[in-house]
Amino acid sequence: MIARWLAASLFFVGLVAAWHLLVATHIWSPLLLPSPLSVFDYLRAAAQDGTLWEATVVTVRRLLIGYGLGILAGLPLGLLTASSRWCHDTIGILALGLQTLPSVCWVPLALLWFGQTEAAMLFVVVMGTLWSLIIATDNGVRTIPPIYSRAARSMGSTGLHTWTHVVLPAALPFLLSGMKQGWAFAWRSLMAAEIYVTILSGFGLGQLLHYGRELHAMDQVIGVILLIIFIGLAVDKSLFAPIERFLHRRWGTGRT
Amino acid sequence: MLAGEHLTIPSQASKLVLEHVSKWFKTSSLNVHALDDVTLRIAEGEFVCLVGPSGCGKSTLLNIIAGLERPDHGIVRADGQVVDEPGPHRLMMFQEAALFPWLTVLGNVLFALKLSNGLRTGERREQAEYFLELVGLKRFMHSNIHELSGGMKQRVALARALAPNPSVLLMDEPFGALDALTREQLYGDIQRIWSQHRKTIVFVTHNVREAVCLGDRVILFSPHPGRIREEFAIPLPRPRDINSVDLARYATEITRVLKGYVQSEVAG
Repeated sequence: MIARWLAASLFFVGLVAAWHLLVATHIWSPLLLPSPLSVFDYLRAAAQDGTLWEATVVTVRRLLIGYGLGILAGLPLGLLTASSRWCHDTIGILALGLQTLPSVCWVPLALLWFGQTEAAMLFVVVMGTLWSLIIATDNGVRTIPPIYSRAARSMGSTGLHTWTHVVLPAALPFLLSGMKQGWAFAWRSLMAAEIYVTILSGFGLGQLLHYGRELHAMDQVIGVILLIIFIGLAVDKSLFAPIERFLHRRWGTGRT
Repeated sequence: MLAGEHLTIPSQASKLVLEHVSKWFKTSSLNVHALDDVTLRIAEGEFVCLVGPSGCGKSTLLNIIAGLERPDHGIVRADGQVVDEPGPHRLMMFQEAALFPWLTVLGNVLFALKLSNGLRTGERREQAEYFLELVGLKRFMHSNIHELSGGMKQRVALARALAPNPSVLLMDEPFGALDALTREQLYGDIQRIWSQHRKTIVFVTHNVREAVCLGDRVILFSPHPGRIREEFAIPLPRPRDINSVDLARYATEITRVLKGYVQSEVAG
């Protein structure tokens, strides 16, 4: 365990060192490639005056609300498309089509419909999450070995009990990968929306990135990018990784 | 002496009564006559083995008895009640253990118990532990399913099927996927448990020796359409050893008859 931590730390320290050496060669102007130190200085200053924290709170709140709404709608719709052929042929096809649409394409539409509001943000995030979650849920439920339902049925399980005690838990590995994918899509679409939509109701990380570009503050741009990467990693490690470990232990599937 | 000897119906009440059961499977291109006019009585506490080549409808018949499928003609009665849905009195075991990987061994046995009766949590737990003990797996009760071998999985499936105290156990080639050594152990286990708990067991297999080892009666099916062709009473004393000479004599005789159907099928 310690060896793994050590290897990972060495790798990232090496990466920063390489970045620093690259800056030291002066091939590129520091305006385009700031040194790790100046990016760190920006992050420290922005953390101290509260800019980073406020922007992170705004962004994460949008993300959680949008993602939550996407799951709340996507999960039941996915179960519906998996259990009814009619729903599969209608909602299922719709979801498949809309899922292929890059979520940034929703931004112009959201702007016209909702204006420069929080609702436009949420709309984009929900659109980014919902369709892939429907598809993943549908897939998950369809791949459950039918023997589980038959066994449960022979023991007297019916209707709602079968759904909550057999189908959902059996589909859990697929639901989780669907939720992870949904999360990734939500995160991407929110960043796109925040970069393009400069709304007054809250100043998120995407907007911070955007103004970094406007001000030609490369240290800000790279600093915010690092923060966005960090949040993505942190969510994966803290939210999904424990569930994945549980699933691997129970199902006896792959090792991390 | 052996072949064609019809066992007289035991004097005690019939547990399961199948009358003129027929079943067709219709697909877009085929209309398969799976079962044709099957009539069968099974006494309380009897161990009956259904044997036949694949496609003879024996598994379909088991599903119908379980209430998982409905016959197109005829009727199935369990304790005089018409069977039209699955119920906790008739539990099924499949060739795959069909255990739920999201639950522990104990959780799987409790799953069946929670569905069957109004026991309190503590009583359910006791019951589950008792049956896991009975199949020799109590110390694995907190294990995950994937950590068990094939034979252990079938033992858990057996405990899960026995725990709600069903009066009828329906077994669809439950040992078909196991190696010979594990199977022999399970023959011993199932005979021991059956003699202790006296369930009515309907056991589907294509393994004649297995059928002779376990059954009071062996019922032969022939395919296309699935029909009962012959019945053999197996009056050997228990517990039976699958490798015993007496058992082999019965098995040889039944296999000879069975081959006759398959050959006439090919010739026809």
